[in-house]
Amino acid sequence: MTRYYTKDHEWIEVDGDTGTVGITDYAQGQLGDITFVELPDTGAALAKGDAPCVVDSVKAASDVYSPVSGTVTESNHALADEPELVNTQAESGGWLFRLTLSDAGELGGLMDRAAYDAFVGGL
Amino acid sequence: MSDTYENSEDEVPGTEVLPLDAWHRARGGRMVEFAGYWMPVQYNVEGGGIIAEHLWTRENAGLFDVSHMGQLVLSGEGLDAAVEAVLPIDLATLALGAQRYSLLLDEHGGVLDDLMVTRWREALYLVVNGATKWDDIGHLREHLPDEITLNHLDDRALFALQGPKAFAALDRLVSGEWPLAALTFMRAGPFLLDGTEVHISRSGYTGEDGFEISLPADQAERIADLLCEQPEVKPIGLGARDSLRLEAGLPLYGHDLTPETSAVDADLRFAINKRRRADGGFLGAERVLADFARGTPQRRIGLTLEGRQAAREGAAIYAGDQCIGSVSSGGFSPSLNHPIAMGYVATAQSQPGTPLTIEVRGKHLPARVVPMPFVPHRYSR
Repeated sequence: MTRYYTKDHEWIEVDGDTGTVGITDYAQGQLGDITFVELPDTGAALAKGDAPCVVDSVKAASDVYSPVSGTVTESNHALADEPELVNTQAESGGWLFRLTLSDAGELGGLMDRAAYDAFVGGL
Repeated sequence: MSDTYENSEDEVPGTEVLPLDAWHRARGGRMVEFAGYWMPVQYNVEGGGIIAEHLWTRENAGLFDVSHMGQLVLSGEGLDAAVEAVLPIDLATLALGAQRYSLLLDEHGGVLDDLMVTRWREALYLVVNGATKWDDIGHLREHLPDEITLNHLDDRALFALQGPKAFAALDRLVSGEWPLAALTFMRAGPFLLDGTEVHISRSGYTGEDGFEISLPADQAERIADLLCEQPEVKPIGLGARDSLRLEAGLPLYGHDLTPETSAVDADLRFAINKRRRADGGFLGAERVLADFARGTPQRRIGLTLEGRQAAREGAAIYAGDQCIGSVSSGGFSPSLNHPIAMGYVATAQSQPGTPLTIEVRGKHLPARVVPMPFVPHRYSR
């Protein structure tokens, strides 16, 4: 399994042709207390850069972009009752959705952890 | 991921710093640009964050730095008559040390700002919003006669200490001609706070009991430290200030009140008492009196939403398939644990209990008109 990061602060963990998507711990810290997460329906077809999720914090609503293209296979329904999981476990239990990748080549444009950390360090 | 609906962290050239800037940063304050100043939206520390700070204020006491607001003093020959010609306030019933909410109106009755007016000895002390203070000063100077002196107290800081334990914390630190308990809601007076001359009023914008403290800017850090040494008190950011005032049903200028709204449709009729309604004689009176007589086509109301998704400023409000208004401010209520909103809707659909929907990202979220405040006020009257 390999984990990739975007400049928009999403992460995607890839296992075969399945990807799990969430927002980074840095991102949740910037958003503050998260009160609601809108998740995509299973079967939704996403293009890279689509915004299938909205993360609502006390202050603002923010789009989450899909790092790659694919078809949604599952959403994290635990977030319906516990949206704060995105705060407490952004890069594990607070994942948002899973999808089947339609073009693994898109991963080539993403960052690894070291590159992402350097990117955040420069913000 | 992107902040689509808020850009408050974008760098704005010329953003100014307030007396407590370094103090906020040292305490983990996450600074954002607001009303032309860098201000803390929340504190990134253990026990910080908007929800925790909000709940702390409802249960204990929160210290808010509101030094961005304008503190003005009016004085001079014929003061009351001159001010009554501009503001719809009744100064005949404003006793020494009494404070009252009023509105700054333009010639057409549109709201330019909301403000607090306190009677000092031979003067009136005004607190106006930070984002509008320079325009307010210009407007007042334009419409007040030359005999009236307008003094901008820009060498003073302003704190709000809010919450059910605010009295206990502040009472320990102040002395003066009267005990602090002599101040009931919307009363004010001079006190000594650990030796520093301050002006304290029993008021605020959270719906809780509390105080607003005007103090010399060069004492701000010392007094903020002293207040936060009290076990009841923590510093609270702008984020919680906004969620607290929303729960209290209090309008925020620039969002719930604008030059396009009038005092009557904003449901602020209480701010214009019987004598001023009957006699007029203030800027914008023609529109205000007509609104009182005829009513207005729209009205500011409170809404509770089903589910957890919040509706924000600008979201359209529907009755069936008909758009009848829009949200003026909204968000998640930490005390009620569900989203709430304020908005303007057609008067016919403004009755409590009316079922409506709010359009958020193409979905219609079910909502219901409710009386405000959303969370009961707990003022010490």
